Amino acid sequence: MFSRMSGRLLGIAPAVPALIVLFVFFLYPVVRMLGYSIEGGTFEWYAKALGEGLYLQVFLNTFEIAFWVTAICLVLGYPLGFLLATTTPGWATLGFIFVLLPLWTSVLVRTYAWMVLLGRNGVFNRAMLEAGLISDPIPMLNNFSGVLIGMVHVLLPYMVLPIYGAVRRVDPSLVSAAEGLGASNARIFRRVYLPLTLPGIFAGAVIVFVLSLGFYITPALLGGGRVIMVAVMIEQQVHQTLNWPFAAALSASLLVVTLAIYALAQRFTRSSEAA
Amino acid sequence: MQARSADLKVQGLEKRFGEVAALDGVSLDIMSGELLTILGPSGSGKTTLLKVVAGFEKADAGTVRIDGIDITALPPARRDIGMVFQNYALFPHLTVRANVAFPLEMRNVARAEIETRVTEALQLVELGGYDKRLPKQLSGGQQQRVALARAIVFNPRLLLLDEPFGALDRKLRETMQLEVRRLQRRLGLTTIFITHDQEEALVLSDRIAVMNQGRIQQVATTTEIYERPANRFVADFVGESNIFHGTVTEPGVISLEGGRRLLARHSGKTGQRMGVLMRPERFGRGTNVFAGEVKEAVYLGVSFKLRIACDDGLELIVRQPARGELPAAGTRVNVSIDPEDIHVF
Amino acid sequence: MSRRALVVACTAIYIFLMLPLLVVFPISLSSAAYMQFPPPGLSWQWYERFIDDPQWVDATVRSLYVGVATAILALALGVPLSFSLVRGRFAGRWLVDRIALAPLIVPTIILSIAVYGMFAKLKLIGEWYGLVIAHTVLALPFVVLVMSAGLRDFDRGLEQAAEGLGASRPRTLLRITLPLMRPSLVSAGLLAFISSFDELVVALFLAGPNMTLPKKMFDNILMEIDPTIAAVSVMQILLVSIVLVLIGRFGRGLKSAGR
Repeated sequence: MFSRMSGRLLGIAPAVPALIVLFVFFLYPVVRMLGYSIEGGTFEWYAKALGEGLYLQVFLNTFEIAFWVTAICLVLGYPLGFLLATTTPGWATLGFIFVLLPLWTSVLVRTYAWMVLLGRNGVFNRAMLEAGLISDPIPMLNNFSGVLIGMVHVLLPYMVLPIYGAVRRVDPSLVSAAEGLGASNARIFRRVYLPLTLPGIFAGAVIVFVLSLGFYITPALLGGGRVIMVAVMIEQQVHQTLNWPFAAALSASLLVVTLAIYALAQRFTRSSEAA
Repeated sequence: MQARSADLKVQGLEKRFGEVAALDGVSLDIMSGELLTILGPSGSGKTTLLKVVAGFEKADAGTVRIDGIDITALPPARRDIGMVFQNYALFPHLTVRANVAFPLEMRNVARAEIETRVTEALQLVELGGYDKRLPKQLSGGQQQRVALARAIVFNPRLLLLDEPFGALDRKLRETMQLEVRRLQRRLGLTTIFITHDQEEALVLSDRIAVMNQGRIQQVATTTEIYERPANRFVADFVGESNIFHGTVTEPGVISLEGGRRLLARHSGKTGQRMGVLMRPERFGRGTNVFAGEVKEAVYLGVSFKLRIACDDGLELIVRQPARGELPAAGTRVNVSIDPEDIHVF
Repeated sequence: MSRRALVVACTAIYIFLMLPLLVVFPISLSSAAYMQFPPPGLSWQWYERFIDDPQWVDATVRSLYVGVATAILALALGVPLSFSLVRGRFAGRWLVDRIALAPLIVPTIILSIAVYGMFAKLKLIGEWYGLVIAHTVLALPFVVLVMSAGLRDFDRGLEQAAEGLGASRPRTLLRITLPLMRPSLVSAGLLAFISSFDELVVALFLAGPNMTLPKKMFDNILMEIDPTIAAVSVMQILLVSIVLVLIGRFGRGLKSAGR
C-alpha cells in the first residue's frame, strides 16, 4: 500500500542484490583468505613477513617507491590541474581528453610503450646514441627508475583530477581582490591558491600513495624482476610457491596499511574541515 | 473541453516541521468554479498548504475533501488535481505534445482521443504548431503555457498554481495573468493560486485568503481585503498603507498615540484600543486635515508619492494625482482625508 | 611563475602523458620484425598477424563479451544500489556506502587471490562467468560513483510533477527518472565495460587456460615481444577513444570518466 510520505523514501531493499554479490564474492573470500594467515592460531607468518629482512625490505621498497611516485605526481600534477582549471573551456576540454585518454588506455599498452621507449635498444637510447650524446645505452628499464616512470604515468591523472577540482572551487573574486591589492603572481599563488587547494593536494596524494602500494603490473613488467613490490611478492607466493598462509599474511599487512592510511586521511580531512 | 468543477473543503490542517508550525489549524472552503488566491509572505505556510492539498505532503492532522469525498489519504496520482509548478517542471526529454499527452497516457486514454484532446489543449493556450519542440526551445511564457495545457488537459477537478509567474518579466506576467483568468473562467475550473505578490492577487482572484505564520488571517473578496482588512497584518501586507493605533474617546472619534484626534467611523466602545488604516491614495478632501512638511517626493507617472512629516508628529505616505510641479522637499502642505475613507479595525 | 612558463611546463607534461600512446602507432606499421625506430618501412603485417592468429582473436572476443556481461551485471546491481544510497533513509547507510566503494580501495591483488582461492574450490577457474562476477565487483564502485552523482543532481520536482499528473511510481521511474538519467547510465555502463576489458590482475588468476586480451598481451610482453602487440595497442587506444567520444557525446560529462 501507499505509505504516504515514507513511501517517497527508499529503504535498503534495492541495495540488497548488490550487497549479496559483494558479500559472497568480495567480503567473504577476502576475510576467509586473510584467515589462512593465522590458521593454527600462530602468528609465525606475520613474524616471517615483517621480521625477516628480505621480506621487510620488500615492504620498505614498496613504501619508498610509493613515496617517490606520489612526490613526482604532485610536482607534475599541480601545474596541469591548475592550468586545466584556469584556462578557457575549449582548451580545458582538449586538456581533459589528453589526461583521460592515457587514464583509460590499458596499463599494459602503456607499459609496453615504455619498454619501447626506454629499452636498451629503445627510442630514447637510439636517438641519443645517434646524436652522439652518449656512447653506451643508459639503463632505464628493469630498474628503479623504469618502475617509477611507468607508475607516475599511470597514476598522474589521479593527482590531476582532485587538484583540478580544488582549483576550480577557489573563488575568482579572491584572486581579483588580491590582484587589486597589488599582490604579485607568486604571492597570490602562495597566499590564495596554495592554502585553498591543500585539501585537493592531500586527496590526490592519498589516492596516488595508496594505489601505488598495491601496484602489480608495472613493477612486474618494468622492474625486470629486480624491483619487487608487495603485490608482486603476493602473486609469487600464490602462483609459484603455493604458500597460502604466507600470501595471506602479506595481504593482511598490505590491507591494514592501506586502510590505516585511508582512515587517517579521512580523519585529517574532517578535522581540517571543522577548523 | 469541459471542466468537472468541484468544491474543496480543507479542515483543521496542522503540519509541524520540528518546532515550526507550517500549518496551524487551517480551514478553508473553496466554491466550485472559484479562483481563490492564497496570499502570504514566504514562510507563511502557503506552499505547505498547497502540497498537502496536492498530496505531496502529509498533514499531521485535518482533512482535505473534494466534493465531499475525503482524499486526505490518497496518493497524488489519484487525486485528479492539475498543477502548475513554480519552475513549470516540464519534462525536458519530452516534446511539447508528449508533455501535454503525459497525464492522458497515465490515465490510459485511447490514442486517438489523446491526439484530439492534446491538440485542443494546445490551441486553448495558443501554442498550436509548437507540438514537436522540446521545452528548452521555448520562451519562458511559452513554457508556462505548456505547463498550463498539461495541467488542464485531463479535466482535473481542481487546478493548483504555485507562484507560476515569478520567473516572467513584468509585461509577460501581466499577459499571462489575464490569460489564466480568461481560461479559468471559460472552463469554470476551481482554482487555487499561490502568490506572495499582493498586486497579482488583486488582479486575478475572486477571493483572497491571506496567510501568515501558518494561519489564515482573512478570507474575503478582493475589495473587502483591500478596503476592510481584518487586522494589521492584512492591512500592511496588502497595498500601501498608513497604519496607526489609538483609543476610542467618543463615538466617531479616535485619539491616536501622540494625541492626534481623528474623525472616523467605527463600532468600538469608549476606551477600546483600535487600529486605523488610511490608504495613501484616499487623501483629498475631508474633515481630517494634516498640516506638515514634505520630506520626500517621488514622481510615479500617474501620481506623486509624498512622505509628509506632520506637525502633530505623524508621518504619512500620500499619493496625489500628478499635476503641476513635483513638490520640493521642505514644501509646506495640507492634506486631508474623509472619515468615510478611514478604515478602523 | 608566469603564465607562459606554466604553459611550457604543462606542454612538456602532456608530451610525457601522450608519448607512450603515440609511439605505438608507427611501430605497429613497421615492416621490420624487430623493434626498430623509426621503422624502416611501412606494412600492415602485424595487423594481419593479429587477425590470422586465432589465439589473439579468441582472446579479444572473450574480453569483449566478458566486458559487455560485466557492464550489464554491474548496471543491474549498481543502479538500484545507487538509488538506495542517495534516496534511502535507513540505519547503516554509511556502512553500505563503504562496502560499495571498498573494491576501489582494497588492492586488486588481494581481491584476486581471495576469489581465486574460492573459485578454485568451486571449479570456476577458466569459466567466463566467474571472471564476469569478479569484474562486476571491481566495476560496481564506478557505477555507484557516476550514478550517485547523477541522482544527487536530479530534479525531484519532475517526479513529483509526474505523480501529480497521475503517474504511478513505477511508471514515473520508467517514463521520467530513467530516461532523464540516461547520460549517467551511458557513462556508468561504458566505464564498467572498459574497466573489465582492460583488467589484467584478476584475469591472471581466474581466466585459467583461457586468454583474455590483457592476459594475452601480458604473456606476449613477457615471452616474444614483437610489433603485433603494438598493433593490438593501437586498436585498444582507438577503442578507448571511441568510448570517450561516446561518453562525451551521450554520457554525463567527461569529468565523470575519471576512475
